[in-house]
Amino acid sequence: MSHYLLRRLLLMIPLLIGITLISFTVIHLAPGEPTDLQTQMNPQASGDLQARLHKNYGLDKPLHQQYLLWLQRLVKLDFGDSFAQDNRPVRDKIAERLPVTITLNLLSLATILLVALPLGVISAVRRNSLFDRATTVLVFTGFAMPSFWLALLLMDWFGVRLGWLPVSGLKSLGYEYLSFSGQIFDRISHLLLPVFIAAIGGLAGFSRYMRSNMLEVIRQDYIMTARAKGLSEGVVIYKHALRNALLPVITILGLSVPGLIGGSVIFETIFAIPGMGKLFYDGVMMRDYPLIMGVLVIGAVLTLVGNLLADLSYALADPRIRQGG
Amino acid sequence: MRWVSLLTLLWLTSCTQDASLLGLDDSIDESPAFGDTFIEGSIGDASTLLPVLASDSSSSQINGLIYNGLVRYDGQLEVVGELAESWDISADNLTITFHLRTNVFWHDGVPFTSADVLFTYQLYIDPETPTAYAESYLQVKKAEAPDPYTFVVTYAQPYAPALLSWGMAVLPRHLLSGKKITESPLARRPVGTGPFKFVEWQGGEKIVLEANRDYFAGSPYIKRYLFRIIPDTSTQFLELQTGGLDFMSLSPLQYDRQTDTLAFRRLFNKYRYLSFGYTYLGYNLKRPMFQDQRVRQALSYAIDKQEIIDGVLMGHGEIATGPYKTDTWVYNKNVPRYAYNPQKARQLLAEAGWQDNDGDGVLDKNGARFQFVIVTNQGNDQRTKAGEIIQRRFRDIGIDVQLRVIEWATFLKEFINPGNFDATLLGWTGGPEPDQYEIWHSSKTGPRQLNFIGYKNAEVDALLEKGRRTFDQQQRKKIYDRFQQILAEDQPYTFLFIPEALPAVASRFHGIEPMPAGIRYNFEQWYVPQALQKYSR
Repeated sequence: MSHYLLRRLLLMIPLLIGITLISFTVIHLAPGEPTDLQTQMNPQASGDLQARLHKNYGLDKPLHQQYLLWLQRLVKLDFGDSFAQDNRPVRDKIAERLPVTITLNLLSLATILLVALPLGVISAVRRNSLFDRATTVLVFTGFAMPSFWLALLLMDWFGVRLGWLPVSGLKSLGYEYLSFSGQIFDRISHLLLPVFIAAIGGLAGFSRYMRSNMLEVIRQDYIMTARAKGLSEGVVIYKHALRNALLPVITILGLSVPGLIGGSVIFETIFAIPGMGKLFYDGVMMRDYPLIMGVLVIGAVLTLVGNLLADLSYALADPRIRQGG
Repeated sequence: MRWVSLLTLLWLTSCTQDASLLGLDDSIDESPAFGDTFIEGSIGDASTLLPVLASDSSSSQINGLIYNGLVRYDGQLEVVGELAESWDISADNLTITFHLRTNVFWHDGVPFTSADVLFTYQLYIDPETPTAYAESYLQVKKAEAPDPYTFVVTYAQPYAPALLSWGMAVLPRHLLSGKKITESPLARRPVGTGPFKFVEWQGGEKIVLEANRDYFAGSPYIKRYLFRIIPDTSTQFLELQTGGLDFMSLSPLQYDRQTDTLAFRRLFNKYRYLSFGYTYLGYNLKRPMFQDQRVRQALSYAIDKQEIIDGVLMGHGEIATGPYKTDTWVYNKNVPRYAYNPQKARQLLAEAGWQDNDGDGVLDKNGARFQFVIVTNQGNDQRTKAGEIIQRRFRDIGIDVQLRVIEWATFLKEFINPGNFDATLLGWTGGPEPDQYEIWHSSKTGPRQLNFIGYKNAEVDALLEKGRRTFDQQQRKKIYDRFQQILAEDQPYTFLFIPEALPAVASRFHGIEPMPAGIRYNFEQWYVPQALQKYSR
């Protein structure tokens, strides 16, 4: 097992270098440069500013040298300084945004699991019932609905008309002066709408997935055996069937790991949440190469780690795979 | 003494405030009082709070409250002293001597002196400083600080925009000297001399400032200033309605249709005034089809500008006839106008040789069809909509026009820089200074320069050169009147419209007096009467 783990970890290194090389090349292929955006269409900018900025950012060197320099810094876990006007270290900019995005994504993932798994199980057990059909319609409506539109409607309804929930942001003005319980309440009330909106789109996928897994498992011989033994229906479904149906969900969870740091631009824009999505989007629009590369590298590492985790936990959970490997 | 000034202020404001609109009874004491928080929404975060490095509007907005220049504009767009109490301009117009205020302190308590001004100037012209604002300071031949409260600059040639260029923010020498400017911590924790002091900045979320009680021109009334970053304007509008914002710029649709309720008018005051900036359709004069003046005039006749203003801005704008705002001293109202007239457009095109010879509905000349592409940048809805309206009007007179909307960085790199476009729909934002040298002078047609349409006119060149060397306003007016006349005849751009700014401000804020400069010029004088104050901390 440890040999397998080591091999997988070592294999990740060339894979990661390959990913960064391709990303680096592709973002430099995109037309436009960071310096254009700072100097152009500005009557005050003098002629040699472009050249000065070029030198400042190291953009005057050939591309392969730029890549090697970047790689050298990366080895020391230094993502470099952003090309945006603030010139801040990319690491700081990402660290500032990451907690918010991870919190929101964890909460919405938990919400999705809490709602979607029971929905899927019940739909499978009562296949083609009214409940099954109704949830199908419901989750697919949620999936198909443009989230920004739903978000605006809910913000208008709960925020403006009823005045129950705050419209946007993460904290109220004067949050510092609230009592501890008041702060918690304030946080929760700000998170309710965003988490609901983030979760509603994901319900369809997970609940459908759970439903089909469950249907598959229920047809298996060992379920029939369990029933034949005279076990109650509850024990059959929730003990024997559910455990087996949950196995593939582990894979999906592993693949969700990189998604935890990704944010949706539209979602963050609507709710005025300073998260990773907006940071990355603005970085791309500004051709802020160090920032783009920083976010991509973290994403790539998490994807690789997520894959590995999924494989490992699958092996741990399922004896058949463990023996086969 | 303090009482007298308060009383005059009260008298002034009571003339302009309509108490009935606020739904208040008269018993409330409306005298200026210190306190409360002003919350403003912005679609973008600031990038750096060092004005020398900043070039985005969010940063400028905050920097304007934290720092001072030597001079500034007042509400009437006249130049008045800020850190400079007064100034003398030598008879040959080459030397400006600024007499600085002696009672100014940096927010950390260190006195402000002419050494700070000299340091700031040197910082701007330092080749190591990546600033976008070096141009006007590179015109300076010599700058000196003979004593702590005198600053003297000498120019090689008379330079009319000189005085205004000293409106740039003066930076603290004692905190920046000898350090690399791009690594200064002041970019995140600024120290200025201005009416507001920095408190905190949470990236992507908010920037908080508080009143500088020791401000040399008197403390502002508003105690705290909160700059909230809300990237979506629909969300901003919802926040405004719930009281989460006290100020936002409304869209024409919001201004006309969504805020015309009694409840909104009780809580907010709406203002409207012409903004500094115009939208235009610029023709690439290196393309043969646009080289004929009659063709450009015909295109201007073919566009119904009022239709665009009504359709895109819901009437909240004025027709532009040149590069200047219609309510400024430099504006020439007697230039040729191009009222919508498709017959005239067809006639001018026929004179230039463009006719529909093959009967396919599109004009042609020597076998070539009259077709071209208008390019504009993504993300500006007004430009895209205006482009669609123009496209239809051009088709009406037999010109086949395509509209392409392109992401900004790509737009600059692939189309504007290499001059690879037929016509482009863009806008310029200006200020009260009429110098237009960078945009229209024939020496500015090179790559990455602003005369990217390639406009070359010897008389315009001479006028622009003379204009920036002339100090007397009456003489300048004559020069720029002629300049506008030539532009209007030549139509290198079809000048389209000047949009209105449409801000809404919570009605508890008093002391707002709309002027040609807008409403923000006297922000330090805004106040909330004690009884109406919303935030106590």
